[in-house]
Parts: sequence; structure tokens; C-alpha cells
Amino acid sequence: MIPEIGQFSLILAFCFAIVQGTLPLVGVWKNKSALSNLAVPAARVQFVFIVLAFICLDYSFYANDFSVLYVASNSNSHLPLAYRLAALWGGHEGSMLLWVSILSVWTMAVTIFAKSLPDSFRVRLIAVMGMVSIGFLAFILFTSNPFERLIPAALDGRDLNPLLQDPGMVFHPPVLYMGYVGFSVAFAFAIAALMDGRLDITWARWTRPWTTVAWVFLTLGIAFGSKWAYYELGWGGWWFWDAVENASFMPWLVGTALIHSLAVTEKRNAFKVWTVLLSICAFSLSLLGTFLVRSGVLTSVHAFATDPRRGIFILLYLVVVIGGALLLFAWRAPKVGLGEKFDVVSRESMLLTNNVVLVAAAGSVLLGTLYPLLMDALGAGKISVGPPYFDAVFVAIMAPGLFLMGLGPLAKWKKASLPEIGMRLRVAALISVVSAMLIPLIMGKLTLMTAVGVFMGIWVISTSLILLRNRIKSRQLAMPNKLENIKGIPLAFYGMLLAHLGIGVFILGVTLVKGYESEQDLRMEKNDVAKAGNLTFKFEGTQEIVGPNYMSTEGTFAVTSNGNLIAVLKPEKRFYPVQGSVMTEADISPGVFKDLYVSLGEPLENGAWSVRIYIKPFVQWIWAGCILMALGGGLALTDRRYRILNKRAVNEVQALHEAFEAWVE
Amino acid sequence: MKARHKRFGLIATGLILLVIATVLITKSFRSNLVFFFTPTQVEKGEAPKSGSFRIGGLVENGSLKRLPDGLHVQFKVTDTAKSMLVQYKGILPDLFKEGKGVVAEGKLNQNGMFEADQVLAKHDENYMPPEAASAIAQAKANKAKESVQ
Repeated sequence: MIPEIGQFSLILAFCFAIVQGTLPLVGVWKNKSALSNLAVPAARVQFVFIVLAFICLDYSFYANDFSVLYVASNSNSHLPLAYRLAALWGGHEGSMLLWVSILSVWTMAVTIFAKSLPDSFRVRLIAVMGMVSIGFLAFILFTSNPFERLIPAALDGRDLNPLLQDPGMVFHPPVLYMGYVGFSVAFAFAIAALMDGRLDITWARWTRPWTTVAWVFLTLGIAFGSKWAYYELGWGGWWFWDAVENASFMPWLVGTALIHSLAVTEKRNAFKVWTVLLSICAFSLSLLGTFLVRSGVLTSVHAFATDPRRGIFILLYLVVVIGGALLLFAWRAPKVGLGEKFDVVSRESMLLTNNVVLVAAAGSVLLGTLYPLLMDALGAGKISVGPPYFDAVFVAIMAPGLFLMGLGPLAKWKKASLPEIGMRLRVAALISVVSAMLIPLIMGKLTLMTAVGVFMGIWVISTSLILLRNRIKSRQLAMPNKLENIKGIPLAFYGMLLAHLGIGVFILGVTLVKGYESEQDLRMEKNDVAKAGNLTFKFEGTQEIVGPNYMSTEGTFAVTSNGNLIAVLKPEKRFYPVQGSVMTEADISPGVFKDLYVSLGEPLENGAWSVRIYIKPFVQWIWAGCILMALGGGLALTDRRYRILNKRAVNEVQALHEAFEAWVE
Repeated sequence: MKARHKRFGLIATGLILLVIATVLITKSFRSNLVFFFTPTQVEKGEAPKSGSFRIGGLVENGSLKRLPDGLHVQFKVTDTAKSMLVQYKGILPDLFKEGKGVVAEGKLNQNGMFEADQVLAKHDENYMPPEAASAIAQAKANKAKESVQ
């Protein structure tokens, strides 16, 4: 009964999505308020039905209803409750439902928080989100129904893939999808503006907070995923340039370009067409990413052949959304206008370079990700693109952008002077060069890559701090009280500063862990001792333990430094009987300066084990950097100017607009 | 300098940078493409004699051997028609099993043995790496052709 209610709610939600995506647009076009007023209620009713469907499916997981095919394939009665509930997004059908649920959460948020927009604009915005939703709901209903029954019911489920049985499973997918799907709001803003033919400073000011929220979620989602891979896969890597990872990274790069370009549009009324194009690209890449990851196209191109309906639907949907948006763009963009002019050396030109760099980086990742798929689809043989390609090209493209990160925020709008910026940054340059020599020497050895990496990291951090000092200094005359001066600087500025510091911290983490990690694979018997640097790892034997749905062999390793015990690590080798699979659970002692990482390989004769011992210096800085970036985004959101986007200002704009229209006619 | 000259200089610099970037990217791209071969193709000598490539197929039943040092392993990869010996030093992935699909990346050594520096057997029990699946499909197609002749 419950699954049928869920199915029925999805169908109703689909009907309301159609209403939301079509009638209000007709209403705005024909100026019939009865139709355009449907947008908000239709979106809210759709939200209610999708939430109901979500609850129904999760209830089936909770109640172990193995007469539902999807539950039987992704859960098991012995699976702990939290994982049973999270198993909803453990497979293709459920993760599509999660996607569409989050889309309706965003739409709901738009209906609640975007009250200050002019009515016609708001209606179009909601209608565009309705159209996106129609496609996804149709995809679920016609090709990937999560409520399909299994008759006769299975006695027990096939269990959730043991790799996914981890707290990361509870947080990573929803947070990542909040980011992916969040770009649909920026996309809808862009499409609505193209329909409207109006794109000005107010538009950018409305769009910015929504884009920043989505970006913050995406940043956190990717960071969670990377951290999860680090401790779960058992070999200590944190990024593999795997196609699935790239799928989430491309929208992030374009999204980052978008927030910067939006800033220019808001402050200078420039980059307008470019901003719109980026909004479309960010969401298109999100769509591409979702489908690459979840449709099975990536793990095997033959997924197209096994369920041709699914593959063709995906292609059609991508063509309609991306193609339609770009067509509208080509048709309407000339109307929007290019915006204000600026000099070759100015903050605008530096931000433009930043955008070009980020988009080029996304393009090179796209090439490496799609090329093997394309070759395979054309029958030109199977190839793969190795991580060295991504490492080399990505670093080479990003390096000039990172260098400009130091100059950009100090440059004046419209026209800046390079010598002046150079004067201000000479201390930062000195600090960066000295650290680029010193830090690698302290860590062990100096190589070109580590020197360049440390230089970039310290450069970004030191220029950010100098920027803060400059800002305080420039306000000193107007505000002699130091505390008030510091408090008076807009939060958006601190947000930017924090996010940039995060980039610096991230670069340092990546450089130092790549340059100075040590990895050993060893054969160890009980009481054997392994040395790594000045640390000693002693293998104290194994014991058997029993978990809720697995059996496990747990090893004990005592780590000592100069005879002092500093950590006891207990890595596990788990056996999950339902799927008959073995899982490695590494144990990690995290630290600010280094992580100690031990994982068990395989049992050998005489109670010996093959053992992996890693030392990962500064690896935590990678995720700390991501968290700083996300915090920066969050801080920027609390800036006063978004809160005082009050009705009055908007009414004034609207009155002006109407007066202008009347005058044109 | 006139504004027109300035603009020309700017566009020219931009174009030159673009060309350099494209050349570098394509070069790095080419040199990092890893091609895939089936054991049958390797036996026919189609695989590169030096340089990395990927092989795929099933781990032959009963072929997994651990050398005395406990860290080197040897196993045979088969596409059901031909099989080849692979040696690997290190810890095998959790889902590596005899009779299951596997993909290995590495080089041929002087004795014609494949020395893998990476062994992939990914994510999920039912999942067959696409390269492995295609190796087996190719071998079957060849067999069918031979039996017709």
C-alpha cells in the first residue's frame, strides 16, 4: 500500500510540475494573472507530493519491505537503521528521487525567500524550475521507477554495497546534490532574465546569494567525498581524477567562475552576457555529471545498450535543456548588452582572466573525462586518460590564475596601476619566495614542484593578509577607532578573504602531501616492528570481532616516537556475508602536521599479514582549506546588502521599468 | 600608443597564449592516453613492447600464487581464449578474486611477463570492468569465426 501511495504521489507531482512549468509562462505572456498566479501554489503542492513520495520510499526501507524491488536490491534486514534510511540513495532510482526532492526543496525556498522580486520575473523563475522538474519526474516515472514491486517478495534484501556502509553515505550524497541542484536556481535566473530581456545590477544582486549557497554546498559535498575516499578505500588517496569525481568538479570550477563574474556584474554592470552563459554552463555540467554518475554510462558505456530507453531519455533531456537554453541565449543575449568598459589593467580584466582560467581548467577536465567515452561509443577502441594528464594540465592552467588571485583584489575597478600593486605586494612576494625555499628544506628535500606549490600557497595567504591590512589602513582616517574600523568592514569582504585563505591552505596541503608522503607495503608477523622516519610501528597481533552485519579481523599497531607511545591504530578487515565481500577499514591517527595511516592487506602464512603503513604530512589541510572556502561563502551570505534588499528599492526599480515601457510604447 | 594598437597587441598576445596552451594540452593528452589490449592481442604482438598499457579479462581459476616474500603475487588473466601471466607487488584490492573480472595497468618485461603497477577490480561485486567484459566478448567472437571457417 505504502509504495503505491508513493508512486501515486510522484504521478501527481509530475502533473503539478507540468502546470508549474507551462501555464504561468502563458500567463505572463498574455498578461493573465489568473494563470501566472498558479506558479507558487503549483510549486508548493509539487513539493508536498515529492516529499510524500520520498517518505514512502524511505518508510519501505525502514520497514524492510522486500516486496519493493529497489529496497530488495539495496537493503537487508541486518543493515543498521541509519544505513537503511540512507540506502534510499544507494542506487540509481533512489538517487534520482533524491535529486528531484532537492530540486523541489530549492523551488520551495525560492517561493518563500524570493518575495522581493518583481512578480513577472518571479513567475518565470519558478516556471523554469518547474520545467527542469518535469524532465526529471518523467525520467523517474517512465524509466527508473523506485516503487516497482517484486512479486513474489524476496525473503531478505541483497544488502547495500558494503563500500557505502559508512557515515559518509548519510551526508555526502545529499550535500553534493544540494550543490549540483542548487545551480538550477542560477540557471532559472539566467533563463528568466533572457526571457525578460532585462539584466542589470539588481538581477545580479538577486542571483548572487542563491549561487553562493549552491557553491558552498558543492564545495562541502566534494570535500566530504574526498575525505570519505581517503579513509574508506584503504589506500590513502584523496583524489583520483576518476570520471565520477570529475563530474562533480567541473560544475564546481564553472560555479566558482560564476560567483566571480556575478560580482563584476553586480558592482560594475559588466560581464553580463558572460555571466548568463556561465549560469547555463554550470547547471548543464551538473546535469551531465548527475547522469554520467548515475545512469551507468560511465562504469560501462554498454548501459546504453542494456536499457536503451534510459540512455536515449538522458540524451534527449540533455539536448532539450542545454540546447534550448543555448538557443534562447543566442537569440536574446544581444539584447542584454555588454555593459561597462574597462581598461587592460583593472580588477575587471583580472577577474576576466580568472574566469578564463577556471573555464579552461573545466574544459581540460571535460576533455579527459569524455574523450574515452566518445572513442568507445565510436568503436575506436578502449582507452583511458591517466591522472598524469590531469595533474600536469590542471596545475599548468591554474597557476597563472592563482598568481592573479594575489593581485586582483588589490586592483582598482576600471583602471589600475601595476607598479602601485607591485609596491604593495613586495613584502608578500619576499615572504613567498623565502618560504618556497625554506619549507621544502625543513620537510626534507627541495624539488621544483614543492617549491612552486609552497610559493603559490604562501602567496595566496600573504597577499590576502596584506589586502586586509590595506583595507583597514585606508579607512583609518574616517574611523580612528580600530575595533570599530575592523567591525565596519562588510562581511562579504571577510567572506572573500576567508575563501581565498582556504585556497592557500588547500594548496599547501596538496603540495606537502604529494611531495613528502611516505608509503610502505610490508609483510609483518606478530611483534614485528616497522620504521617510518622517526616513528616505529609495532604489530601486536589480531583478534576477531563481530559487527551488526559483518565479521571482522582487527589488528593492533602501537606507534611510538623515541620510545613514547603516541597512537594505537586498529585497522580492520571486514567480511560482509550477504554479498560475500571483503572490506578494508583503515585506521588513521589524524594530526595537524601529519596523519598516520595503517591498513591491513591480506592474511599470509604463520599469522602474518601484508600491511600498508602511510605517513601523510599536512593531508588534513586539504579538507580544512575546503571548509574555509565554504565558511567564506557562508560569511559572504550574511552581508548586510542582501538583507536590505528591501521591498522599497525593488518597487522603485519596478516603477522605473514600467515608466520606461510606457514611454517606449 | 594608440588605443587601436593596444587592442591589437592584447588580442595577439591572447591568441599566442591560446595556441601555446592548446599545443601543450594536446601533447600532454596524447602522451597520457593508456590503450587497452586483450590477452589475445598481446600474444599476437599488437601491444607496445615498451611503455604502459592496460589488459583485462578474468583472473584464471587456480592461477593466483604468492611469492615467498609475501608481497609479490602472480596470476593469470584470461579472455577465455588466451591467457597471460601478470606479476604485481603490493596489496590487491578487496574485490580481487579468482574467476572475477580484473583490469591491470603496467608493462611487459624482457621475459614477456606483464608487470602491473596498478590492479583494478572496482566498487561492486556484480560489476565487471567494461574492458574485461569486452576482452571476453572479443575472444568469443573470434572463436565463433574460427569454428565457422
